[in-house]
Amino acid sequence: MAKIVVVTSGKGGVGKTTSSAAIGAGLARAGHRTAIVDFDVGLRNLDLIMGLERRVVYDFVNVINEEATLNQALIRDKRVDNLFILAASQTRDKDALTDDGVERVLTEMSKDFDYIVCDSPAGIERGALMAMYFADEAIVVTNPEVSSVRDSDRVLGILSSKTRRAANGQPKVREHLLLTRYSPARVQRGEMLSVEDVKEILAIDLLGVIPESQSVLTASNAGVPVILEEESDAGQAYQDAVARFLGEERPHRFVSNEKKGLFGRLFGS
Amino acid sequence: MSQARASNPVLEFKGRLMTLTILRLLDSSVEVLARELDRRVKEAPAFFRHLPVIIDVGEVASSDLHEDLPGLVELLRTRDLVPVAIRGGDARWAEAADAAGLSVYAAERDPVARRQAPVEDDAAPAAAAAPASTAEPVVERTGGLVVTQPVRSGQQIYARGGDLVLLAQVSPGAEVLADGHIHCYGTLNGRALAGVRGDTEARIFCQSFRADLVSIAGIYSISEQFDEALTGKPVSVSLHGDTLRIERL
Repeated sequence: MAKIVVVTSGKGGVGKTTSSAAIGAGLARAGHRTAIVDFDVGLRNLDLIMGLERRVVYDFVNVINEEATLNQALIRDKRVDNLFILAASQTRDKDALTDDGVERVLTEMSKDFDYIVCDSPAGIERGALMAMYFADEAIVVTNPEVSSVRDSDRVLGILSSKTRRAANGQPKVREHLLLTRYSPARVQRGEMLSVEDVKEILAIDLLGVIPESQSVLTASNAGVPVILEEESDAGQAYQDAVARFLGEERPHRFVSNEKKGLFGRLFGS
Repeated sequence: MSQARASNPVLEFKGRLMTLTILRLLDSSVEVLARELDRRVKEAPAFFRHLPVIIDVGEVASSDLHEDLPGLVELLRTRDLVPVAIRGGDARWAEAADAAGLSVYAAERDPVARRQAPVEDDAAPAAAAAPASTAEPVVERTGGLVVTQPVRSGQQIYARGGDLVLLAQVSPGAEVLADGHIHCYGTLNGRALAGVRGDTEARIFCQSFRADLVSIAGIYSISEQFDEALTGKPVSVSLHGDTLRIERL
């Protein structure tokens, strides 16, 4: 039985898809058979970020409508073993995600995979609700600013009341906070909320802090999950987050504004 | 085996006074009632959810609304209210109630209660509950509600008939309501309304005060009016006459 992980936020543009791609790739690299499912029907971009949009023949909605089999629609990643993508449809809208259809597809996938990462669309409408409904764990992606934190809080409320686990009276969905686009320098100048502020408001476990980084944009444009950029700070932060997700204890890096010494400045490390 | 069962009774009837809300019908048009009911339910959906009500038909007894009683019952049920009985009306009403599966209470005799005007106060939408009277089931405090999880933005928690105890925080944009006191052991953001059915003795207590709005028995105050020195401090909120008093604990 696969563990179903939803990557969600409420607010748009905070890094859900980037995080889904990175975490999915990280789990697969750790040896777990992983599928990433794009729930953003109508606005797909997971396949773009993963660099395989040209390989999409059948998508999630085709499988829901039984126009294609799961095996036909799952795209195998060529860089990472054990990693598969189920793309969203760009020509349909979120009403195509029927309760029964989504449940059937996820149940079928659960037999073959260890982890199913559901990349949620923004908002709290149908697409987002369907992405979180079947979740066992939730990664709530938040930027260190007030409106993003508020939306994440709203989403946490929905996670505790409108999921299959809540409906069946099972133990609640495990919630993780992933703070993205974090800039210690801007926190110091008072332009951003600090890790501590966000943790206090949301009161859930911190999975990781991903620094604001040029490498995220570069990797996205190149169609490479940023976690595969071993040298980049964001890539390393995602590796830490995945390790923590799998139960390892690692100290949080990239949260404070360390002054670079002369040596560091000269060599830029 | 059968002997053992005989010594362990499988059911009991017990007389208890329970909290029940009386819905007084003051108009005989189902459409008008439906519209007003929708407005009230929209204001406080959590308050009305699964609320048992007795329909008081005294004011409309002479109309032929009784013919529409099944429709009225359905109307209430689709809005998640649970009609249990009617009160007042003549034999025609009793017959209609019987057919609709409701029990029948005799009309209210207490003249004091009679004089009570229909409640218009928006902050206490269901304050039409029966006033204390020896002949009738009365509103009384029961149990209470303990919430261990944070109350998140957009959530509404209502402790009907008792106190609300919140062990974690209340987030900005959340709303907590109670018929009795509200105790919050985390940070209290959002809106807190105690004594929503008119209990002026109800209070709000919190460890860290950052609320947007506090209200007791419909008298409210918003954050702009709060003393800034109290922000983040443990406080108690109580009602004195028409004014809310917010004091450091």
